[in-house]
Amino acid sequence: MPKPKIAFNWASSCGGCEIAIFELGTKLVDISNKADIVFWPAIFDYKYSDLEAMPDKSIDVTFFNGAIQNSENEHLARLLREKSKLLVAFGACAHGGGIPALANTTSRDQIFASSYKETPTTDNPEKLFPQPKFNMKEGELTIPEFYNTVKTLDQTVDVDYYVPGCPPVGEQVSKVIDQFIGGDLPPKGSVLGASDKSLCHECKRTKTDRKISKLVRTYQTIPDPQKCMLEQGIICMGPATRGGCGSICLDANMPCRGCYGPLPNVVDQGAKMLSALSSIFDAENEEEIQKLADSVPDPIGTFYRFSLARSLMRRTKQ
Amino acid sequence: MVIELSKRFEPKIVGFLCKWCAYTGADLAGTSRIKYPPNVTPIRVNCSGRVDPTFVLKALSSGADGVLIAGCHPGDCHYTNGNVKAIRRFKLLQRMLNQFGVEKERVRLEWVSASEGERYARVVESMTEEIRSLGPLNWKAMVEA
Amino acid sequence: MAEKIGVYICHCGTNIASKVDCKAVAEYALSLPNVAVARDYQYTCSDPGQEMIKNDIRELGLTRVVVASCSPLMHEPTFRRAVGDAGLNPFLFQMANIREQCSWISESGELATARAKTIVGAAITRVNFNEALEVQKVPVNSNVLIVGGGITGIEAALQIADSGKKVYLVEKEPTIGGYMARFDKTFPTLDCAACILTPKMVSVGQHPNIELLSYSDVTEFSGYVGNFAARIRRRPRYVDEEKCNGCGLCEQKCPLSVPSEFDCGLGKRKAIYRPFPQAVPSIPVIDREHCLYFTKGICKVCVKFCPKGAIDFEQKEKFLDVQVGSVILATGFDLFDASRVKEYGYGKFANVITSLEFERLTHASGPTGGKILLKNGKNPETVAIVHCVGSRDQNYNEYCSRVCCMYSLKTAHLVHEKTDAKVYEFYIDMRAFGKGYEEFYKRLLREDVTFVRGRVAEITDVAQDPSEKGRLIVVAEDTLLGIVRRIPVDLVVLSMGLEPRRDATQVAHTFRIGRSKDGFFLEKHPKLAPVSTASDGMFIAGSCQGPKDIPDSVAQGAAAAANVLSLIDRKEVELEPTIALINEEACSGCRICVGLCPYNAITFDDNANRAVITNAFCKGCGVCVAACPSGAIEQQNFTNRQLIAEVEAICA
Repeated sequence: MPKPKIAFNWASSCGGCEIAIFELGTKLVDISNKADIVFWPAIFDYKYSDLEAMPDKSIDVTFFNGAIQNSENEHLARLLREKSKLLVAFGACAHGGGIPALANTTSRDQIFASSYKETPTTDNPEKLFPQPKFNMKEGELTIPEFYNTVKTLDQTVDVDYYVPGCPPVGEQVSKVIDQFIGGDLPPKGSVLGASDKSLCHECKRTKTDRKISKLVRTYQTIPDPQKCMLEQGIICMGPATRGGCGSICLDANMPCRGCYGPLPNVVDQGAKMLSALSSIFDAENEEEIQKLADSVPDPIGTFYRFSLARSLMRRTKQ
Repeated sequence: MVIELSKRFEPKIVGFLCKWCAYTGADLAGTSRIKYPPNVTPIRVNCSGRVDPTFVLKALSSGADGVLIAGCHPGDCHYTNGNVKAIRRFKLLQRMLNQFGVEKERVRLEWVSASEGERYARVVESMTEEIRSLGPLNWKAMVEA
Repeated sequence: MAEKIGVYICHCGTNIASKVDCKAVAEYALSLPNVAVARDYQYTCSDPGQEMIKNDIRELGLTRVVVASCSPLMHEPTFRRAVGDAGLNPFLFQMANIREQCSWISESGELATARAKTIVGAAITRVNFNEALEVQKVPVNSNVLIVGGGITGIEAALQIADSGKKVYLVEKEPTIGGYMARFDKTFPTLDCAACILTPKMVSVGQHPNIELLSYSDVTEFSGYVGNFAARIRRRPRYVDEEKCNGCGLCEQKCPLSVPSEFDCGLGKRKAIYRPFPQAVPSIPVIDREHCLYFTKGICKVCVKFCPKGAIDFEQKEKFLDVQVGSVILATGFDLFDASRVKEYGYGKFANVITSLEFERLTHASGPTGGKILLKNGKNPETVAIVHCVGSRDQNYNEYCSRVCCMYSLKTAHLVHEKTDAKVYEFYIDMRAFGKGYEEFYKRLLREDVTFVRGRVAEITDVAQDPSEKGRLIVVAEDTLLGIVRRIPVDLVVLSMGLEPRRDATQVAHTFRIGRSKDGFFLEKHPKLAPVSTASDGMFIAGSCQGPKDIPDSVAQGAAAAANVLSLIDRKEVELEPTIALINEEACSGCRICVGLCPYNAITFDDNANRAVITNAFCKGCGVCVAACPSGAIEQQNFTNRQLIAEVEAICA
């Protein structure tokens, strides 16, 4: 029996997902004994032509991390879709857009202006911006086109499975890769490596009185490590986020930020968290409620930190 | 006043009306034969507290130009304080919609009692005209652009 | 397997068809996915209309039905029953309102038809996700709570108690009888109010099935039809009801007199008192604010003379919790506050009085022993009666108070009977609509009352010539003569309009009853269900629903009683199954829902680490459904899928 062929690719990402796999350590040896890694640009030198030369559907499973923010991301997504039997959206960026998707609160022009013009230490007197094409005497140079709106992998190509997390937690990654190599898979479209219940289910903190009378930022207080974050006025995305990560952030005394994405019966993670959070505001009249609502800094960034591209609204108005 | 369909932009507004107050009030407007713009299509719910912000975002991202949530006046909620929960969600949603760039006239929370047929008509009228002057939201097209 | 939806577009005669092109809507419906048949019909709610739907269900094997017609608040039960009769679960049916919220509000046919298509399309899309549901049946407690012991409450109480059911009659005053107990004669028969009322009051007091809770009010109320719970506060009379035998000696001996509320302040009562001699119960009450013992720690004459030792200064308020299956609110009205109309000088001029004050003057047991006297004790020579004070007036209440024309005529008659005074009546219209009313009016015309058709602009004591000196001048427009008249009189009786009780807001909140535009309690339907409310099992009757005379109040009291007895006889009642259900596998135990339920229907199971809803307490508001961040709670018949389907269809 030939060994299954697996591939890894990174698109618009931070590299953390690659590190998550890399951190499997000696387990990687085990994996490479059981499967052939045929494409992994983060670690080994590959060219596009290597990928293009592969027959269609010759890769058994590709783990694709990163959001789709430029034309290269899209090109590789399409190519890998052709070449792979199974395409897995790996990590929060591919799943929901991740941190890169926060670019959807602004525009390409604004991003370029900040990066290449406005930041204090930028030295760019001619105000040059990257261009997709540049003619020089040696020929025409092209770089990928930068998109205005970040998309998830499944908004670009057909996706078979999702492994959420920023990054997906080590033990989950190990289990998931074994599962794919072994071939014992749930129905298409399933989310692997995560619980079907929210983080609250595995969070060890005590929950008592669900009422919020005041909201505080994480820098304004040192949370009591035993009590639920929400009850201390700290916004924790736990109730609206899939568990399975072992609640490591909570163990480090920080609130959940929602990187494992929405729960199975939920259409829009941010909207649900907004609803749950505001429902338990301890305020009866409009004035008090307005004050509490006003004290949530950056609702989009808070509720859609990792899932803006996947949300119903997807981006701010441009 | 006969309006020619093809000429003017007709705002498409989704309405969530609570059955005890707002929906009954809207019925009363009809029974009283009050004429008002037909731009709000009502969805009946038991209470304004049933309205999940997800519905509002679903409407706006699917082609609606506005959303109206109408319930009982504070203190009159048939379920004691479902409308208070509606206010809580609405206030936070309003802040987020502002960040999204959705004008605040497009999503409204109004109180209409079962005997306020006239008021319902006026709310729909004013909301329709405000959104008409703002223009279509066209959220889907904006995202794809 | 795809659903088979039957769609029926109703013409409702011309109500819908005059604006909406029903055929076009039916054609549009047929073009939508899963629609097996789409018909338009004249009157779908009629027998043949319903038969048509039932036949289609049986012959075409329909799995869902949509009827586009009037408001679901009107005919949803009708069509659900029809669908159920044909063997399809009644909840696989959806109504689209294309009348009250479409044809009736549209100017243009084009827009109305377009709107109808949207509404019908939304209902069709939604009905795909409707699920078969079973109604919950709950037993009906046969006890009844009646709030308000005026003539309406008394009528209802007696009807229900006579049929063998237990009634808790709560009355906030120390006695039952309401306003009627203060009237002298009633129109148009000129019956003595006390003569016809007091026997009924006595019946109530003696009835084995009526527990009379006077000097009490309802502080808390909860539950649902067939199963309500009320907390009744019994205020302290400082007289032991078990010991008191109603001899009245304490009242006689009490040294302190204060203005009597029953007499509108015109007469006096003692600090320990019964509001009037025929009070039921005939147990006095001590007025804590004036009683010398409570204010100064002295006197106690009542204690000395009471043969039964019934005085108890230490008495505390008590609470009684009762379980009932139905409630009738018969809390009555309050009179318009005359001092608001500054031009009429009430409160400024001693001889400008209200109609109720007049009743007390002419009453045989009133402050003047039945004589109509001016404040200086003399007989009036000329009396003016002013209609519509506070009514039919944009500045105060726009509605007509219904009874004032008739009681103004009665007032005129009583003045003639008891004095030689000349009577002027200033009216806008003469509303004599009831049985014997027009005849009564004719009688007064023959009695030589001078009727001036016009509003009174002002009542003044500023004389413009010697003949006016020392008198009250009524300045009114006489619209029939086309001039402004100044008529000097001695006594002015203001015919006050009726308003909701001053505490109506509080009562409405306690019982969660809706209010009409003018503040009276809201009936379910003004013509077909005038004593029902939107809440099953809760009824309203009498002038708390709107101004009305005694015959209509009694009729409504009896009507409410009939409704209640019908409910009790049914023994069990069906509840809408729009309750919230928790998907146990999806519940993550975040507990966000637990504190949100106003009925405390949600508890937390620590062992299973998930939330639990007690079905019987859930009223189906849906607040928890919207809040649940796991999407683990769904509301039957208002699921997220159903509502989002409607949203999508409207936005398409």
